Amino acid sequence: MGDLLAVVVDGLIYSSWLFVIAAGLTIIYGVMRILNMAHGSLYALGAYAAASLAGAWMRGGRPPFGTYLMLVAAALLVGLVMGPLIERGLLRFAYGRDEIVMVLVTYALFLILEDVIKLIWGVESYFVTEPYQLLGTVDLGPLSYPVYSGALVLAAVAVGLGLRWGIYGTRYGKLLVAVIHDREMASSLGVDVRTVFLVTFTLGTTLAALGGALTAPTVSVVPGMGVEVIVLAFAVVVVGGMGSMQGALLGSLIVGLVRSAAVHYLPQVELFSIYLVMALVLAFRPRGLFVAPEARKI
Amino acid sequence: MRRLDRTTAVLAGALLVLLAMGPVLPKWAVFLVTVALAKALVVLGLLVLMRAGLVSFGQGLYFALGGYAAGMAAQALGVGDAVPMLLLGTVVAAGAAGLLGLLLARYRTIFFAMLSLAFSMILYGLLVKSSALGSTDGFNVAPRTVAGLAMGRGGIYALAVVCSFAAALGLHHLFGSHLGRLAPAIRDNELRVEYMGASVRNVVHLYLVLAAALAGLGGGITALAVGHIDPEMAYWTTSGEFVFVAIFGGTGSPVAPFLASLLYELIRSYAYEYSPNTWQMVVGVSMLLVILFLPGGLWSAFARRRRAA
Repeated sequence: MGDLLAVVVDGLIYSSWLFVIAAGLTIIYGVMRILNMAHGSLYALGAYAAASLAGAWMRGGRPPFGTYLMLVAAALLVGLVMGPLIERGLLRFAYGRDEIVMVLVTYALFLILEDVIKLIWGVESYFVTEPYQLLGTVDLGPLSYPVYSGALVLAAVAVGLGLRWGIYGTRYGKLLVAVIHDREMASSLGVDVRTVFLVTFTLGTTLAALGGALTAPTVSVVPGMGVEVIVLAFAVVVVGGMGSMQGALLGSLIVGLVRSAAVHYLPQVELFSIYLVMALVLAFRPRGLFVAPEARKI
Repeated sequence: MRRLDRTTAVLAGALLVLLAMGPVLPKWAVFLVTVALAKALVVLGLLVLMRAGLVSFGQGLYFALGGYAAGMAAQALGVGDAVPMLLLGTVVAAGAAGLLGLLLARYRTIFFAMLSLAFSMILYGLLVKSSALGSTDGFNVAPRTVAGLAMGRGGIYALAVVCSFAAALGLHHLFGSHLGRLAPAIRDNELRVEYMGASVRNVVHLYLVLAAALAGLGGGITALAVGHIDPEMAYWTTSGEFVFVAIFGGTGSPVAPFLASLLYELIRSYAYEYSPNTWQMVVGVSMLLVILFLPGGLWSAFARRRRAA
């Protein structure tokens, strides 16, 4: 029984982390039809920025609780700077090209950002332990969990609710949905697709950076941390259905729980269990669990 | 009587030059060219798919299978010669594609890319966890002879050159044949291809097997040249590198992957030599420049100049 509880709790924590990152990836794909391979690098950038800002904050001798603010500030900083920079400075020159070409453009961007990170922060690892240690641990039956993980889950829920409100509850969100459904039609009805793209990409970037910033306190921030994340996020959005927000939620839950079950019961299959699920979903529902099959255009 | 066309002449010339240069080249250059040719074989396979509009982000799967099969032949079966090792690698990779192709042949665009990526990551996950195959460290591969002769590195170089020549020539003829000409048609409009009486799925399946066989061969040669294999061969960044070289060269000619691969290995080695922390950036920037300014790859610039002249 304790085992099952551990599987579910671990799975939920892992899922929340995945959701924040995958939500950013899926919204960019949904609106812009760009499968952003650089998403993992933006995640890493967020983590590095969080480590630097929190470190600077602590060196200034300020109250340690401020480091939480620094995590969010790091995500916003990376998102608001890198988002517009990449969208205006690079992506817009490739609009209208094949989806696969866009994948390659972002793949090149991924290579560039990996080295940018090394140039700025070097190759040593960074730690931000304050946000993690301040909250202590809590006992769940026989198991003890860090409270920070609970905060992570709450943050993911807040992100999910915020996105839900933003997309379905505001005028701007409704324009976004219109662009997702039919870009040309929305454009012909007067939606400024240019601005929608800019806002969407910045939002997606901020979410990736937020995922990284929130993770920074729980891991050591090292070069290459984004490489693995990107394929995990791919797995999530493919399982849920690329471009679907509900899909990202369901996908993160499935991938998170599968991984945590694998870790607990069959550690040998941990790494490939996720990709097995991804392949299985693609085999039976190629467009993912949440997206209706598209009518064939001739 | 078919006259000797330009591509065949170029390939035959390259074969002779590369073979003649073998004994003269310094050791590092022999190694670099061998690895570049091996990777070019994988890219050549990608070319077959890309002409039909399919981009695989999982060629690392067949690349790794080819390498591991070659390595296993030496380790488990006691095969000491390079040729049967490569044959086994090619056959295993082609067989895997024959099986996976049953599913993959139905997928297009981004879904094809994602499913092939998922398959290669499954293999990566398996290899990393299988301690019999050395887990993340992999294991060493050392053939004793090449086609019965004890020739060491030079022999593997010659083998790579001959294999590349045969593969490029074969594909050159394929691209001109009925089967090869279906590829652009499939990319443009599958429905019309079906109306004309060809089975798109069978053709794509065949392309998949062909691409996998080439990737397996390339993986085998890489394993022999490097003398070592590890799960990294199946990781998504390896597959991404192949796609990169394919785009770099362009899909215009079976010669393009070889030029692109050689150039890529040179750029990478020099960038790595002079600025180990920014070589990825150099590669990324050159890729962006090619995508944005030369949509047909380096080959298109070359072909355009030739036509203008």
